[in-house]
Amino acid sequence: MSKPKVAFYWCASCGGCEETVVDLAEDILGVVEKVDIVLWPVAMDFKYKDIEAMADKSITATFLNGAIRSTEQEEMARLLRRKSVYLIAYGACAHTGGIPALANQFSREQILKFNYEDAPTLVKGEKTRPLTSFTEEGRTVSLPALHNVVRTLDQVVDVDYYVPGCPPTPKITRAAVNALLEGKLPPKGTVIGPDHALCEECERKDTKPDKWDFVEFKRPHQKLMDEKCFLAQGVVCMGPATRAGCEAQCTAGGMPCTGCFGGTSRVRDQGAKILSSICSNIAAKEEDEIDETLAGIPDPVGTFYRYGLAKSILRRKMNLPTNP
Amino acid sequence: MSNEWQPRIVAFFCNWCTYTAADLAGVSRLKYASNTRVIRLMCSGRVDPQFILDALAKGADAVLIGGCHPFDCHYAEGNYKCLRRFQLLKRMLADMGIEPERLRLEWISAAEGEKVKRVINEMTAAVRALGPLGIPQKFAEWDKEMEQFTAHVQAAEALKAPCAEHAPTQEPAHV
Repeated sequence: MSKPKVAFYWCASCGGCEETVVDLAEDILGVVEKVDIVLWPVAMDFKYKDIEAMADKSITATFLNGAIRSTEQEEMARLLRRKSVYLIAYGACAHTGGIPALANQFSREQILKFNYEDAPTLVKGEKTRPLTSFTEEGRTVSLPALHNVVRTLDQVVDVDYYVPGCPPTPKITRAAVNALLEGKLPPKGTVIGPDHALCEECERKDTKPDKWDFVEFKRPHQKLMDEKCFLAQGVVCMGPATRAGCEAQCTAGGMPCTGCFGGTSRVRDQGAKILSSICSNIAAKEEDEIDETLAGIPDPVGTFYRYGLAKSILRRKMNLPTNP
Repeated sequence: MSNEWQPRIVAFFCNWCTYTAADLAGVSRLKYASNTRVIRLMCSGRVDPQFILDALAKGADAVLIGGCHPFDCHYAEGNYKCLRRFQLLKRMLADMGIEPERLRLEWISAAEGEKVKRVINEMTAAVRALGPLGIPQKFAEWDKEMEQFTAHVQAAEALKAPCAEHAPTQEPAHV
């Protein structure tokens, strides 16, 4: 029997997800033994046209990380969908939009203008913008175009499974790979990981009070040394609205949860849920006092939707232009 | 009925005060704008911010929440929870490009049928002045860039199908 074919691909992502595959350490040898890797641009040399030449559904599983925000990424997502039996959204960006999806608060023009004209690290006055095609001496070269909207993988193509996390932990990656190799796959659309809140596996859980009664919100550096529940100390922690499965590495390491695993299956909008939870626990009852406490959360979108803006109910700032 | 655009407002009213007040407005035959669709919940503290976002995303132009006055909540604390969520949500909606006037919270006791009428009329006028929010239309507009791209890819594929090996120019740049 021939080995199942597996592809790894990256779109709008930082490369951390690829790192996790390598973090499987010696376990990766076992995986490599059992599968044929047909595409893995970060580690091995393959050409897109080799993939195009393959028969549809001839790749058993594609692990695709990164959000979709350019025409090239969209094209590859569609191509790999066509060629794969299972398409797996791997990591927070493919799953819920991730950090790149915070760009959904800005127009494409704002993004290009800052990055190619106004950023302080650029040579002043050059104003060189990327072109989608350029002709010199009769030869035309082309670049992918940037979309107006950053999308999750499942907003572009059909997705079979999700592996959450920024990046997914080796343990969760191993669980996904093993499920695939052993044919013990959960129902389509499942997020690989436990379906309860992070607080369940947080070692600070015992110090979590029934009621928080926030009077002010602190930033992590003001409270890093204390070993109590972060919320009990007035530090915004996404734990109650975030899926477990990361083994609470951040809270164990002295940082509050920022929500990279997304919500559980009962949560439609992770940001709305943590907003609901945190606000209801503010001590004040008068409007002014409530606002005073809430001043400690200066950027609710960036805090509550750090990894999930693309997949949130509103998806993108509403009054932005969409240019063709 | 004229064909002019009518605002659509989703209202979440608590069972004990505001919904009863709306009932009173009805029984008292008070006339007010018919733009509001009322959803009865047990408490304004039950208004999950997800409900509000979902209403807006599904085509509501504004959301109105009605609950018991402070010190008057049937469940003691529910209206305060609602108020705190409302205050941050309003700011967050502004950050997401949605005018704060599209979300309103009012305390209306069971005896204030008149206030239901006034608030709904005021809000309808305010939202009419703002114009449609139209989020479903925005979603459709945003996703046009994918349709355009699909058409482009299909055209490129049709072009290179008969001579697949000789048409590298349509491929995205990648090294």
